[in-house]
Amino acid sequence: MGIAEPKAEVLERGRQVSPEELERRARWLRARVVELIHQAGLGHYSSSFSCIEVLCVLYYRTLRLKPSEPAWPERDRFLLGKGHVAVALWPILQDLGYFPPEWLERYGSPGCPLTDHPDMKVVPGVDFSSGSLGHNLSVAVGMCLAGRLQGANYRTFVLLGDGEIQEGQVWEAAMAAGHYRLGNLVAIVDANQFSGGGPTNAAMTIEPIGARFESFGWISREVDGHDIPALLKAMDELPGPDSDRPVCIVARTRKGKGVAAMEAAPQQWHLGILSDEDKRRILAELNAGSREG
Amino acid sequence: MDVNQETRREARMANVFTEHEAAVPSSQRQAVIEELISWAARDERVVVVSADMGAAVADFRKHFPNRYFDFGIAETNTISAAAGLAACGLVPHVISMAPFGAIKCAEQIRTDVAYNHLPVRILAFLSGLAMGFFGTSHHAIEDIAVLRAIPNMTVVAPSDPLSAVALLRASAAHAGPVFFRMSEGVDQFVYPSLPDVQWGRFLKVREGRDVAIVATGVGVPAALRAADVLAGEGISAGVIDAAFLKPLDEQAIVEAASATRAVVTVEEHNVLGGLGTMVAETLARHRLSVPLGMVALPDEDLEVGVPAYLLNRYGITPDGVVAKVREVLSSSSVAGHRL
Repeated sequence: MGIAEPKAEVLERGRQVSPEELERRARWLRARVVELIHQAGLGHYSSSFSCIEVLCVLYYRTLRLKPSEPAWPERDRFLLGKGHVAVALWPILQDLGYFPPEWLERYGSPGCPLTDHPDMKVVPGVDFSSGSLGHNLSVAVGMCLAGRLQGANYRTFVLLGDGEIQEGQVWEAAMAAGHYRLGNLVAIVDANQFSGGGPTNAAMTIEPIGARFESFGWISREVDGHDIPALLKAMDELPGPDSDRPVCIVARTRKGKGVAAMEAAPQQWHLGILSDEDKRRILAELNAGSREG
Repeated sequence: MDVNQETRREARMANVFTEHEAAVPSSQRQAVIEELISWAARDERVVVVSADMGAAVADFRKHFPNRYFDFGIAETNTISAAAGLAACGLVPHVISMAPFGAIKCAEQIRTDVAYNHLPVRILAFLSGLAMGFFGTSHHAIEDIAVLRAIPNMTVVAPSDPLSAVALLRASAAHAGPVFFRMSEGVDQFVYPSLPDVQWGRFLKVREGRDVAIVATGVGVPAALRAADVLAGEGISAGVIDAAFLKPLDEQAIVEAASATRAVVTVEEHNVLGGLGTMVAETLARHRLSVPLGMVALPDEDLEVGVPAYLLNRYGITPDGVVAKVREVLSSSSVAGHRL
């Protein structure tokens, strides 16, 4: 789609990007997810689509990054708690220059470092591995404590699924983050209202998400997770990493967002594979949504 | 006869919730904490974390109040957070209560720590039957079996305070995760001075030509006393300290089996999946036909009682080792040979 690799050595926080450009990147990313899943033969479409805008805002605006030095100690960390949507992260990391395009061409093939869930050992730019739901918020607590001890001012962001927060360990971590006043921690809950087995609240009530985090000493914000200007505002207004309360952004999203058939049947597309014909049709649908073409 | 009455004096149970040394019978734990303090003074990467075990590391906290993180009674969060600390360049030492430090956190140890090759150290105090009286919930007797099946883990078991310090010191040069299986009741010194730990190698404690006793943790002092008794009967028993349960020193096992008529293992662990199992696998892999006896805990509901009573009840004692050696030797007449 012709998105240029950034030239800057360090990508600073709050860098200039228009909402229109981010809209374009979101459409590009959805299309890449469709293509990559098709290439691999199976994948999480609708769970990826619910957090596309969040990922674009984080990686093209909010996170301080240095793709030429993935382990740069001062970088902001991003942990994909809902690791099953790594397929939506891979095109971004490649676009930012963390690894060559050939890796994406090999996605789904044995030996390719890019797998269904992220592995920090083999993929530059992955700050921590994930796959087992409920762990990454705890890992982020450790990273934030390390940052405090080392006098660093990086932030650690974690993207959690709304089903993921049914895991008890998430609340052990939430309690610790409140206790240690980790203002350098930001949790984003992709509240798409579905987990693998059905509507999230039907399996186990998770609402009110924001109030629950607040009761553990966090600040919470509600935002439409597909409204790019609103997401930009929420991220731009984050308290500084030296503040004393962790922040939970509850991103209200739609599972399958951007593809009408998946929005209508989000459950069916939690994990699946499109037919060749459906894939062509959906790519056309995504392209039609793009004024830039 | 009230065995409990008799053994209570012999084996007071460790109280990990007190900072008063007089109430803490474990000189092993004290030695380890002192070593940690000394190491932390030289290396600012060293931090200590725990799930409500702060009292056990009161001295460390006094020296380095900002390098200790308590996560409350939340063991799984503690392990994952330690992984996060390690991913940022620190070397976290997780102080844990063994029954809850290994199998309760097995998935976090596997997925967050071992899978990612992170230098988290788990110091699991009160392993085996050290909390035997508290109930079977507090028996930590399956940890070797679970942890040895996790790639990248190193599992070590000190046999006395000096080997605990030597193993901790040696771990500084190891980049991956290490689990320390810390027995209590090993105040009897096995080593006259700090043993020379070679990473991944057993320690030869006593030479012997009739039987090789491969022991770990509290099994080592029991084996040494047994060897004294056996010597009086004209049986020459070698004692090997299986300080490393993973990686396993297969060469030491093969050499011991080849040079003697029998092998006996001693461990404060379920007979399934522990040291005995590993030695059996090794002998089979190397096609060595040697009578093998295992002193270990039976795979059944264990009794509840003070540690000395339980160790006696299940034969993890000098007498138990002597009996097992006699039994195994009576069935053996030739030195180990390849099939």
